[in-house]
Amino acid sequence: MRGHLILRVVSKILIPFLLMFALYVQFHGDFGPGGGFQAGVIVAAAFVLYALIFGLRAMQKIISPALLEIAVPLGVLIYAGVGVYTWILGGNFLDYNMLDSHDPSHGQHLGVLLVEAGVLLTVSSTMLLIFYTFAGRGR
Amino acid sequence: MLDQLPAIIIAVPLIAAAVCALIRNETVCWLIALVVAFASFVGSATMLGQVQKYGEDISYKLGGWAPPVGIEYKVDLLAGYVLVLVSLIATAVLIYGRQSVKLEIKKNLHGWYYTMYLLCMCGLLGIVITGDAFNAFVFMEISSLSMYTLIALGKDRRAVAAAYQYLIMGTIGATMYIIGVGLLFTITGTLNMADLAMRLVPLLDTPAAISGMAFIIVGLSLKIALFPLHLWLPNAYAFAPSAVTSFLAATATKVSIYLLMRYLYTVFGFGFSIERTPIPEVIMVLSLLAIFAGSFTALFQENIKRMLAYSSVAQIGYITLGIALANATGLTGSLVHIFNHAVMKGALFMLVGGIAMQVGTVRLSDMAGAGKAMPLTMFGFVLGGFSMIGVPGTVGFVSKWYLAMGALENGWWWIVALLMLSSLLVLVYMGRVIEVAFFRERPVDAIPLKEAPKSMIVTAWVFLLACVYLGFDTSFTVGVAEQAVNVLLGGVQ
Repeated sequence: MRGHLILRVVSKILIPFLLMFALYVQFHGDFGPGGGFQAGVIVAAAFVLYALIFGLRAMQKIISPALLEIAVPLGVLIYAGVGVYTWILGGNFLDYNMLDSHDPSHGQHLGVLLVEAGVLLTVSSTMLLIFYTFAGRGR
Repeated sequence: MLDQLPAIIIAVPLIAAAVCALIRNETVCWLIALVVAFASFVGSATMLGQVQKYGEDISYKLGGWAPPVGIEYKVDLLAGYVLVLVSLIATAVLIYGRQSVKLEIKKNLHGWYYTMYLLCMCGLLGIVITGDAFNAFVFMEISSLSMYTLIALGKDRRAVAAAYQYLIMGTIGATMYIIGVGLLFTITGTLNMADLAMRLVPLLDTPAAISGMAFIIVGLSLKIALFPLHLWLPNAYAFAPSAVTSFLAATATKVSIYLLMRYLYTVFGFGFSIERTPIPEVIMVLSLLAIFAGSFTALFQENIKRMLAYSSVAQIGYITLGIALANATGLTGSLVHIFNHAVMKGALFMLVGGIAMQVGTVRLSDMAGAGKAMPLTMFGFVLGGFSMIGVPGTVGFVSKWYLAMGALENGWWWIVALLMLSSLLVLVYMGRVIEVAFFRERPVDAIPLKEAPKSMIVTAWVFLLACVYLGFDTSFTVGVAEQAVNVLLGGVQ
């Protein structure tokens, strides 16, 4: 894609906005439709666009497959870690009310934020890893 | 601690799976998996004991949200019984399978194998423990997706094709299930099974409820591999790694049968699903077809793993037959056979794993003379075969006895005759293996055989001895099954 000037310039402009939109969807998940799953897919889409235009090798220089293989389980651990923390605080698994001793609704807010961060990490890494696997075939 | 058990047995395997994915060292991952699986078993057994002792279901509010809004984990006798079964098999297969996993699966994938194994166990336990229709779907996907991966790890290239076939069929099944749940949700506005059961009572005759029920039952039948929806099963069992086959054969279909029972008896209720719909008749015909088509196809298999797989199709027929008999004795037979079949088929697949390791193939013709070189394995096969046939003193007899009694209660003596006839078919296909192994000489140019590793033989024999023990002392299997049937049928009549 070295010769395609328009594609390169446009995607360079687009990628920051894609990531920004992903963050919007991520945090909107606290109040309405949205959340880590959808945001994770959008993040992955931004990286996939980069890989399509600038090549898989350039993309893997930024995020290596080995890093993604760590990120996938790490997201699950963040999610489950919140649950374990609520256990330690004496509540049921994933009982966010426990997370804030003064105002349970703040606890709910914090809990959703953390859990969705874990979801974002796992979903975006998984999507990207699937892309790597397919794009890297036959090489 | 004790009141957190329902969440612990689900969350800990999930966390351990993620940890295994990070560590990826074979020894460490195996140890983690073993400890976690055993802890799940202890947890499940404790919960079953509590339910039995206090006669009261355990209910757990996930995230502190009360049902029916929040997700409820619920352990009653039936759930506890299946939880114990799944976690017990998971633990045993881990002890059994380490050597064969090392041999059959590429070295760099060992860590991922244990990750997927734990995820699969987490999903299967989750389906059983959850009291929420949608949550059951999520766990069904967790267990199925990890199961497809496990099957694809098989040494044979055909394993990938088998996994793909299972993926397509399994996904169709799961989709049907979720469409059914969606239909029920639109008319009741709830996903909690107990709440669903209550709200469905005045709505049972509506088209939405009936079609929802049809979707759920067909979807689950695909997962159960009820004839004629069993096409994914023989290849998946035949080409998966030996340890995976033992685990899959003993747990995955059983858990789906559990879920089917939940819907038939708890959600829709005996009075509707069994007495007012043609479901028992349909299941009856399909079960009998499964028994005969499965056993008959097994007769002609050259690959003994495939042979046992077709035999599983037949055995699933026995389990669903108990549902179709529509009385307490028949259903007891079904529940007992869920446990018994898991134990005996688990043991047989474990032995076949040992044969695959030593002989190098699982073709019947390559096993000539194996009886002399691998006496423990082959005598185990004979004992397992007796149990499959239903010789008195083995578990196979106990389940068939209850099924036959259930049939006689309805005056259906012809079912009893068919059961006897099907046992003869089992005798023939198990007999073929025994004939080749004991009465044919090993070719002179064939590689010399020796017994499989101790860990494999010992676990398989523990299961075989359990087949005999549970054939005499039925206080656990029949005892719990009878109580569970009382709850299932008594709650709604």
